[in-house]
Amino acid sequence: MINGISINMYLMLSTILFIIGAIGVMARRNTIILFMSIELMLNAVNLLLVSFSVLHNDSSAQVFVFFIMAVAAAEVAVGLAILSMIYRNVKSIDTDLLSNLKN
Amino acid sequence: MLGYTITQWTFGILSFLAIMFALMVVFSRNPINSVLYLVLTFFCIAGHYLLLNAQFLAVVHIAVYAGAIMVLFLFVIMLMNLNQDSEPQKTAISKVIAGVIGGLLLVVLVGALRGTEQINLTQYGHSDIGLVKNLGRVLFHEYLFPFEIVSILLLSALVGAIMIGKKEIK
Repeated sequence: MINGISINMYLMLSTILFIIGAIGVMARRNTIILFMSIELMLNAVNLLLVSFSVLHNDSSAQVFVFFIMAVAAAEVAVGLAILSMIYRNVKSIDTDLLSNLKN
Repeated sequence: MLGYTITQWTFGILSFLAIMFALMVVFSRNPINSVLYLVLTFFCIAGHYLLLNAQFLAVVHIAVYAGAIMVLFLFVIMLMNLNQDSEPQKTAISKVIAGVIGGLLLVVLVGALRGTEQINLTQYGHSDIGLVKNLGRVLFHEYLFPFEIVSILLLSALVGAIMIGKKEIK
């Protein structure tokens, strides 16, 4: 009685989580929430990789998930350092104020 | 129980909670609340990993994400003193546009994935590919070179973060 879940349910769940993250990136102005939405999207992909690794009985996808976690950690560390530098200069992390590159 | 197995109940409850907490991450006003809801989302995803019998990955997920990355987020929020609700909001029109774009993407993806074949996860619950013994063998035999590259990546991220974050010395 443990075979009650199909891969489609995980596909749907990952799709919904990914789109929530995408909406968060589009709809918010706070840069920290943008980062969190990106983390959410990465985790949706991770979940899908793990479910397909179970489907195919192959460990490689779970190793890829480790690499994705390491890349996400590096990305967050550098991103938050950039963010704190921006905050020091602009006194805000509002994305709409960071338009210096436009002029 | 209503014709569903205990695994299906667990999957449903975990999925519902994950989606709810993810929505709360995006739509809560206070960044601190967003971080805490994101931690809860990560715990739900770790529960999914446990359900998929990827125990080591579940533990690593909690340790790395809930333990390290989220603490980093909390530090930065506390450092910038952002724990208030007075964040400027996007205009209503751009929020509506974001919602419409997300909804359209959802419709397209669900429509594309709905017709796929329903394959049950036959290895469910009794496979040992997620155990640390098996994962370590794969990681250090087939993926040794990417592993070393990742260590260099983490080192360079460390150096870069310190270089960017330090105060400029005049």
